[in-house]
Amino acid sequence: MITKLMMENVRHRPMPTLLSIFLIGVPVTLILILVGLSDGLINDSKKRANGVGADIIVRPPNSNIMSFTGSTIPEQLVPKLAAYPHVAFATGTMNQSAGGLFETITGIDYAAFKKMSGGFDFIEGHEFTGPGDLIVDSYYADQKRWHAGMTVRLINRDWNLVGVVQPGKLSHVFVEIGVLQELYGAPHMLSQIYLKVDDERNIKPVIAHLNETLNGYPVFSIKEFVALTSVSNVPALNTFISVIIGIAVLIAFAVVCLSMYMAVLQRTREIGILKAIGASKGFVLQTILAEAFVMGLGGTLLGILLSFGSRWVLQKFVPSSLPQAIVVGWWARAGLIALGAALLGALYPGLSAARQDPIKSLSYD
Amino acid sequence: MTEPGTAGQSSSERSTAEQGVPEPIISIRALRKLFRIGQVNVEALRGVDLDVPQGEFLSVVGPSGSGKSTLFHIVGALTPPTSGTVHIAGKDLSSLSDSERTKLRQTTVGFVFQKFNLLPTLTAHDNIAMARALAGSSVNRTPEDEAEFAKILELLGISHRLHHKPNALSGGEQQRVALARALVNKPAILLADEPTGNLDSKNSDAVLHLLRDVNRRLGQTILMITHNPEAAAFADRTVMMRDGRIES
Repeated sequence: MITKLMMENVRHRPMPTLLSIFLIGVPVTLILILVGLSDGLINDSKKRANGVGADIIVRPPNSNIMSFTGSTIPEQLVPKLAAYPHVAFATGTMNQSAGGLFETITGIDYAAFKKMSGGFDFIEGHEFTGPGDLIVDSYYADQKRWHAGMTVRLINRDWNLVGVVQPGKLSHVFVEIGVLQELYGAPHMLSQIYLKVDDERNIKPVIAHLNETLNGYPVFSIKEFVALTSVSNVPALNTFISVIIGIAVLIAFAVVCLSMYMAVLQRTREIGILKAIGASKGFVLQTILAEAFVMGLGGTLLGILLSFGSRWVLQKFVPSSLPQAIVVGWWARAGLIALGAALLGALYPGLSAARQDPIKSLSYD
Repeated sequence: MTEPGTAGQSSSERSTAEQGVPEPIISIRALRKLFRIGQVNVEALRGVDLDVPQGEFLSVVGPSGSGKSTLFHIVGALTPPTSGTVHIAGKDLSSLSDSERTKLRQTTVGFVFQKFNLLPTLTAHDNIAMARALAGSSVNRTPEDEAEFAKILELLGISHRLHHKPNALSGGEQQRVALARALVNKPAILLADEPTGNLDSKNSDAVLHLLRDVNRRLGQTILMITHNPEAAAFADRTVMMRDGRIES
């Protein structure tokens, strides 16, 4: 009967219930979008790292796995590393911010990168033919509505967009490395060096050798690099997610508390009737908590639906900058957060309803 | 249906009655109730003594402020007395905890109010089912009880209106649903507080006849509060309250 009474109560005041569900759904959506964006960006990064075709990555001194580093590796190190035993090939790249959110532009030695990665799959256009040429992947081209042959503006200069390629290799935006080094006043400097070894079994010995001889340069196998590329390794991201969860809990708590407090006031007489015909304090509390549970559940489902909506919007308008994943593993967590906050919010109104004096409640009009 | 009034009784209490020493189903002695309103103490009941034998239809009449409603609330276990004793079906209300009073309301007392007091979001059927569900397994129901209750619904003339919500029912129909709800758990006593106060004369008459039928056919003990002498005339006995005391 609790379920029936609760459902009829919900049906009896649909607007406040729907509004509460919406207001719980919004922070749930925020959590899922944030987690989805983190996951999407990380997965995108992993996919692109794998697409380089390298076995080992050498990062600049004092950098960590996920930090956006400056270009502090001298280019002369590339031939030296290429000469290491079992190293088949080496190439360096340079990353710079392209200005937008999470947008980077990557300078590559085209011939070397082609040799390392197997080259780009061109959807439109062709390889670099001059220093002012730019290649982007299809995500970035779609986001900017660019096509090969256009003159485009990026980092305060015009570029000839000569090619649009399939995504998944190193970066979204490519220029010749020499041009980028010159633009940023860092001639012959690199952000990282990629190494290909002659045999997969030699990756560990080569890394050991590199660690012995390169002082202060973090060295990772690409497999290790990809494995370490995770949300927990992005500085401050976990803290940011925790803050958003805290805000979500507060909003859901406040919304349900207010909504159920109003509902209890509106239903004073009904609570009196229930108590007169033998409803215990526990029964009254359960009806209030059950309603809050429905609100929390509804808010969770709405939040999940809205996260699909946001992914659709982001994919349509900024597929390169903000690739949002749907992280199913977080549905239950977001649901528990919303339900916990909703139940907590309903506790005070529920307890005050349970404690109501039936005689006073019955005389309430 | 088993004898009304047995639902909340212990075997020892029943055996006393079987031994030929009939105990009143309601027994009130030196009942006092003091309210504090702001800085002022108000004595609503000033030593009430009353016995109601099982199966009696008793009406309590009196002017406003005479203490009728307070008596109704105490006998209905909605509030504890300040002093004195109130025994309902052998249970002393003054010694009951809040949860025990709740249990008593589930099994031993049925209420009919002036304003009907049906849950507005539930159908008539579900209003009755709610009272039944709250009593749960505390009330034993035999197939005969079910058949008898179906007959009561027929008697009340609401069988065809059970799937309507209160706002789709007339006042008379709502009061009949409230009566069905009050009877569904075979209570020892049925308490009716101005049951015709919100009804026109035709529906008032119908409800009073129903109360008398229920009393006669089922042996249901009824305590009815009213200020209407015509309504009081339906009862077997009438007592008058004034200034917190029973005068006659």
